[in-house]
Amino acid sequence: MPSASAKAWPEIVLETLKANDVRLAVYVPDKILIPLIDGVHGDPFFTAVCATREEEGVGICAGAWMGGTRSLLMMQTSGFGNIPNALASLAVAYQIPLLLLISERGALGEFNAGQVWSSRVVAPVCTALGIPQLTIERLDDLAFVVDRSIKQAIATQSPVALVLSPLLTGGKVFAA
Amino acid sequence: MRRIDLMRRLAGMLGDEAVIGGIGNTNFDLYAAGHRPLNFYMLGSMGLAFPIALGVALAQPQRRVIGIEGDGSLLMNLGCLATIATVAPVNLTLIVLDNASYQITGGQPSASAAKTDLVAVARGAGIARSDWSQDPDEFSRLLGEALRSEGPSLIGTRIDGAPAAGQPARDPAQIRDRFMQAMGTRKEFGVE
Repeated sequence: MPSASAKAWPEIVLETLKANDVRLAVYVPDKILIPLIDGVHGDPFFTAVCATREEEGVGICAGAWMGGTRSLLMMQTSGFGNIPNALASLAVAYQIPLLLLISERGALGEFNAGQVWSSRVVAPVCTALGIPQLTIERLDDLAFVVDRSIKQAIATQSPVALVLSPLLTGGKVFAA
Repeated sequence: MRRIDLMRRLAGMLGDEAVIGGIGNTNFDLYAAGHRPLNFYMLGSMGLAFPIALGVALAQPQRRVIGIEGDGSLLMNLGCLATIATVAPVNLTLIVLDNASYQITGGQPSASAAKTDLVAVARGAGIARSDWSQDPDEFSRLLGEALRSEGPSLIGTRIDGAPAAGQPARDPAQIRDRFMQAMGTRKEFGVE
């Protein structure tokens, strides 16, 4: 079935963030996320902040929420491994609707063994903390999943983790 | 210097500033010096008081925001000083209460007991307005200047190992709800 939209995945994500008034974009750099990182830096709608570590980003986003600004935190799966304590003791305990956007490494052609096992902590940690975790594989699901996840996170005051599959983004391939 | 004395001096200078207190004795004495709804008390997430304060400062640029952190907590997350220096929010002031130890876990010496100068670290990270206060009056003077001028700024102060004078109730939902109501970002239940 042809897609209703010819837009690429980063454009859809950025449009959906804007439609939901998500204005602060915090990230730890990642190659797959380059179009989103460039997109938030290049659009005055967004305030973009590069954090030194992912848990720092959890703190910034939590503070922004309490101050009245919606935000998202972007990272790769290995970076998610840095944040379970910040999720548990800040975002979950204080009921912060933290939006995590995670680019998936470690699967579907991963060339770096160091990425493989770290990516496997995402699902069990989210399950343990009761954080909804959705992996997005299809372009035609993307806007719906991102939009509804933001709305549910805010309505239920709960973090949500969205994993961007290589099936959606193309992933990162080894340049031999 | 006594932490509770410094927190009482801080409390006496506050108006509508938001204050983020790091875990343990730092926020215990912030609370004991006089609770106000615009105080946010952390219960975990060691090292995230300054990042939370940065987020609040970005969300409400018209409001002054103060982050308070212990030496052990800051040592866990020194990178946040570089982020704050880079973002450079003019409404953010950071206070480091440095007792050169992990007081709450038994007083083990921290790196600041030996070689590490946390104010120099902050300056090196790019927060040019970073100063040690040598006595309580200088603390009050530096804080007053910081709150009147464009930041970011950081005030380091050596404190002794006196126990905290009180503790807030450990109810994160209530802490967050009251803080957000005071920030004007959440309505009281039942109020339209």
